[in-house]
Amino acid sequence: MTLKSLSRRAACVASAAAALVLTAACGSAGAGPAEPQAGARTLTVFAAASLTGTFTELGRAFEAAHPDITVRFNFGSSATLAQQIVQGAPADVFAAASPATMKTVTDASLAGPPVTFARNRLQIAVPAGNPAGIDALEDLADAEVKVALCAAQVPCGAAAARALEAAGVEVTPVTLEQDVKATLTKVVLGEVDAALVYVTDVRASGGEVEGIDFPEAARAVNDYPIAVLSTAPAGQAAQRFVDAVRSAQGRDVLARAGFEVPGP
Amino acid sequence: MRAHPGPRLRYGARRTGRAVTGRPPWMLLVPALAGTAFLVLPLAGLLVRAPWSTLPERLAQPQVLQALRLSLVTATVATGVCLLLGVPLAWLLARTSFPGRRLLRALITVPLVLPPVVGGVALLLVLGRRGLLGSWLESAFGVTLPFTTAGVVVAEAFVAMPFLVISVEGALRAADPRFEEAAATLGASRWTVFRRVTLPLIAPGVAAGAVLCWARALGEFGATITFAGNFPGTTQTMPLAVYLALETDPEAAVVLSLVLLAVSVLILAGLRERWVSRV
Repeated sequence: MTLKSLSRRAACVASAAAALVLTAACGSAGAGPAEPQAGARTLTVFAAASLTGTFTELGRAFEAAHPDITVRFNFGSSATLAQQIVQGAPADVFAAASPATMKTVTDASLAGPPVTFARNRLQIAVPAGNPAGIDALEDLADAEVKVALCAAQVPCGAAAARALEAAGVEVTPVTLEQDVKATLTKVVLGEVDAALVYVTDVRASGGEVEGIDFPEAARAVNDYPIAVLSTAPAGQAAQRFVDAVRSAQGRDVLARAGFEVPGP
Repeated sequence: MRAHPGPRLRYGARRTGRAVTGRPPWMLLVPALAGTAFLVLPLAGLLVRAPWSTLPERLAQPQVLQALRLSLVTATVATGVCLLLGVPLAWLLARTSFPGRRLLRALITVPLVLPPVVGGVALLLVLGRRGLLGSWLESAFGVTLPFTTAGVVVAEAFVAMPFLVISVEGALRAADPRFEEAAATLGASRWTVFRRVTLPLIAPGVAAGAVLCWARALGEFGATITFAGNFPGTTQTMPLAVYLALETDPEAAVVLSLVLLAVSVLILAGLRERWVSRV
């Protein structure tokens, strides 16, 4: 084998490897971090996907009250956001859907002390009309019933596992979704008969799914912590945003969306 | 196939082209090197950050092998499906003429530009339990595709098939039509011409398309997680396992990515070895 053909072969292997990296990257187009932008007047908030509706509304109110500040959001799975912050994403505020994901950031000494600003409870979500006739958590254990849960790695999945354990119900889901919105979509499309999602997601779906309360949900309440990041490029504005979330107006927006809001 | 003069003739022509010597111009060399760095550096990043000390025990976890096996099986089956449907489709586009052919070609490339997650939703709307065809499939045959391994194959084939069709169509257009014409004048039917002349002639193009298709299917994430869901053993392929590992344990995600990369590069390199020595 000549040297030339050897190097040609090596080049082929290398280019094949590169092509694979690229296709893998194309396939997993997740929520990327917000583009860093110069100028301290932009406030970047990383928030859990379940806060999309409420925080968008709060952000608009905040911008109206502070005309010199533009608020930008990066909504996504709390765990993904925490990883992005640890990897150096330029964020000012982090609002997570679980203390565990917040801990990833505080353990890296990247955030000030977090405060709990909201709580979320699980509900059984069923497609409109409840075709499988679900009315309690036990019904999800039926082998005929197709159930979607969040993966154990994300907060809604951890909460679902706690609730099912508290109730002593064993469920074999057909899928473990990557976040709560994906889980809800499976119900909206009628692909599953039931799923465990947050009360706030059921309410935000606007009647496309029905929510069923169950007593064990009380054993799996998720605390939502918020914290100013220690590297916050926007400085003071970050604390003002956190204050706005915890203000009477902020609490009102959250409560209307179905969150339980702890006392001030 | 060996006796056929077609491919050999063209191979000879390519060799003469390469005989133009002299130093490569920097106008080509500099961007080429930059391109190489751009494509290879992320791979280097994975290698640098890999937790080499705990690698063996992480690899020994049964979920890793399970996801890897599922990925290899589904990508291979999906490639088979794409070959069965895609090669005739490419032939139709390259060798026949009918009204709406341009529109058809444009439609076939839709999965290329469609974000895979959207592709997954579209598949659900057609093949899901309440989908246009899916509801009929369930009532008539009791078949549901979402959340099954077959669903993974469907999602991967949907996203990967355009790569095969485009490669094969390109090969068909580049192939010398005189061989086909000669066979036809000698009385061969169109099917015989396709089987005995066209297919051997474009074999390298089909192989290249199949490799692209397989690689794309192996890396498929968005359409799979949306359409087929994610459950270990039935629908959790390596890219899905990597994504979920990233949520809590980035090191595990790096390991899984490396395994996927190493296995696919080994397979592709091995295939190329066999393929090159045969032609």
